[in-house]
Amino acid sequence: MTSRTRLLILAVAVVLLAGLGTGFVLHAADRADRRTRPRAGGPPVVAGTVSLDRPGQLFFVDMAPGPYVDHVVSVPADDPGGTRTATPLKCERFFAAAGTGVCLQSDQNVFTTGNRALILDASLHTVRTVPLAGIPSRARVSADGRFAAWTVFVGGESYGAAFFSTRTSILDTRTGTLIPNLETFAITLNGQQYHAADDNFWGVTFAADDDTFYATLGTAGHTYLMRGSISRRSVTSLTENVECPSLSPDGTRIVFKRRVLAGSSLWHLTVIDLRTLKETPLAEHRSVDDQAEWLNNSTVAYALPTPGDIGSDDLWSVPADGGGTPQLLLPGASSPALLP
Amino acid sequence: MYLADRAAPAEGAAPSGGPRQLARAVSSTVLALGAVSLITDVSSEMVTAVLPLYLVTGLGLSPLGFGVLDGLYNGVAGLVQLVGGHLADRGRNHKLVAGLGYGFSALCRPLLLIAHTLTPLGAILALDRTGKGLRTSPRDALISLSSAPEHRGRAFGVHRAMDTAGAALGPITAFLILRQAANGYDAIFGVSGCIAALGVLVLILFVPGRPRAAAGAPAEAAPARKRVDLREAATLLKLPRLRALAGCSMLLGLTTISDAFVYLLLQHRTGISDEWFPLLPLGTATGFLLLAVPLGALADRIGRRTVFLAGHGALLLGYGLLLWAPAGPALPFLVLALHGTFYAATDGVLPAAVADVVPEALRGTGLALVGTGQALARFLCSLAFGAAWTAWGDGPALTASAVGLLCCAVTAGVVLRPTRTPQGDQ
Repeated sequence: MTSRTRLLILAVAVVLLAGLGTGFVLHAADRADRRTRPRAGGPPVVAGTVSLDRPGQLFFVDMAPGPYVDHVVSVPADDPGGTRTATPLKCERFFAAAGTGVCLQSDQNVFTTGNRALILDASLHTVRTVPLAGIPSRARVSADGRFAAWTVFVGGESYGAAFFSTRTSILDTRTGTLIPNLETFAITLNGQQYHAADDNFWGVTFAADDDTFYATLGTAGHTYLMRGSISRRSVTSLTENVECPSLSPDGTRIVFKRRVLAGSSLWHLTVIDLRTLKETPLAEHRSVDDQAEWLNNSTVAYALPTPGDIGSDDLWSVPADGGGTPQLLLPGASSPALLP
Repeated sequence: MYLADRAAPAEGAAPSGGPRQLARAVSSTVLALGAVSLITDVSSEMVTAVLPLYLVTGLGLSPLGFGVLDGLYNGVAGLVQLVGGHLADRGRNHKLVAGLGYGFSALCRPLLLIAHTLTPLGAILALDRTGKGLRTSPRDALISLSSAPEHRGRAFGVHRAMDTAGAALGPITAFLILRQAANGYDAIFGVSGCIAALGVLVLILFVPGRPRAAAGAPAEAAPARKRVDLREAATLLKLPRLRALAGCSMLLGLTTISDAFVYLLLQHRTGISDEWFPLLPLGTATGFLLLAVPLGALADRIGRRTVFLAGHGALLLGYGLLLWAPAGPALPFLVLALHGTFYAATDGVLPAAVADVVPEALRGTGLALVGTGQALARFLCSLAFGAAWTAWGDGPALTASAVGLLCCAVTAGVVLRPTRTPQGDQ
């Protein structure tokens, strides 16, 4: 083969591959564009004012195609199919309680990662911005609105390797004290003092006493349900194989995702009674990878991927006693937060 | 090995560094392989950069537990590297084995378009690592076989600089695509596939099948050789100079803490904000990119051993700064510059030195042996450092590494001192 032939083949290949690559990008750009246009039959949504201290509203991140996709919206809790009221706020993950909101954002670009947590007042004004070390994952606010917590996935700690860890932070919105990393807390695991380089916390849920919280500790291939004390800066293990706990409004039970098979990414929603540590599997048989939210003392809500629509979720609900069947609560929605 | 007679222009004729001299000193095969690596790294790093984002925001998965797999992959990649090196020597077709390696990785990109759960994604990443393991030693063997021994340091430097440039361009390409198309991960995988295919094509078209003896290369290339089998490959271990290089690189690897820990320590020391944290590897890459060629050329001139050891000296200095320097605004830049210098002075210089002592017929196997040994040692170091960090805290763990590195470097300096036999590394 002469070098001229080689160059000719290369030039033709470059043109073909560049065309194919451009096609991929244009297709994706068009899809992104279509995502912001309303689709016939989609849920009705209008811009409006909301307040994080008005009870009876269900907040979530809208994932239905339309101009308010990815925005925080609210519907009346007793009429989830009703008109969605859209706020100007865009979040990857959102939670709110009693006049305090937390919104995890992610603006990826070339030179900064643009991940941040916004602490919001009742009218959704940002009162504090905290830069995040990684990709938003979980967010929670205590029932009285005093404490906010969030978890991010930290990648990029290993050059070119698929390695992930989590970082969980707790903020006292009253004093402004930020605990940037729960890994600094004293850990008691199975009755022993414990510390390891691979400690990872995720999925905080707060109790009503403004001190106790629950979270997952992952270390050495195991996950544990930890009960923590913010004032004592300590956590103690209660039981194993509990991820993303969420405490019931009456403070007696926790709904969590239970890993079905070690090493697999299959989880089953389960409720654990904190007094007896008895576990009750719920009637949802699909794999749930979310921190569920209690709609009341007998029902939980959680997100599942929308079938055939990558990047979108639907919200489902299921009874917390193991009976009944899952019900579609809201199509095109994630990050549920109910203001009771 | 000094060359008595050669047709190529004498090294000392002009000061090094000019582009024309670079072109003369580096064969077209090396430039072609550098281009293949650059293109392939753009393709693979654009995926690496967005994979966490894709898993979490695109697929809604929580990607913990990949850490376990990662260690496994690295072990697999090490073993595959030995297989790749040996197969290339056995069939005397380095290009074919390297091409298969690049091809495997290219195949992963379209597969990413259809995998939506963690298990197939893990399998695809394993295939990618297999490709990487397979291609590394045959590629380095090709570089060494197509370069005159006195220019090998520079040749590897050029290759590593091009490779790192690709690694830096990858994430930028990915985020430019995400800017055009929100959630356009499929576009990133598609474009990445096109780029990877281009890399394989450049390899097929522009890298010669049988390494041609470089101008002035010794005449050992020409005669027909008998088949290389495993027993013959095992004779490599009888070469004292290769044993010395393999042993020393393993010894030094045992005290080279992984990049992740360097960045974490830097953050602990200076309180670099979390939002800047992901940019730290870019600092190392910049140093590596800028210094790979000059330090490679310097290694050709003043001796690979000197530059290789000086590179570890730079790393030691970096450890020292992390331990004792006041946390001023310049500290991160200094540490990252030293970290990049360490890579520039060692990553290409070591294979250049290995190539000098391994007979041509066993070049791939010899390079794989040293590469695998070094990777294994670094992996053990990661485990040990993690345990030491847990037991003693970061400061004492780093102090122990620094003391270990100093001891290993002194040992290596003694073991690798120039010998009077013609098998010297200079």
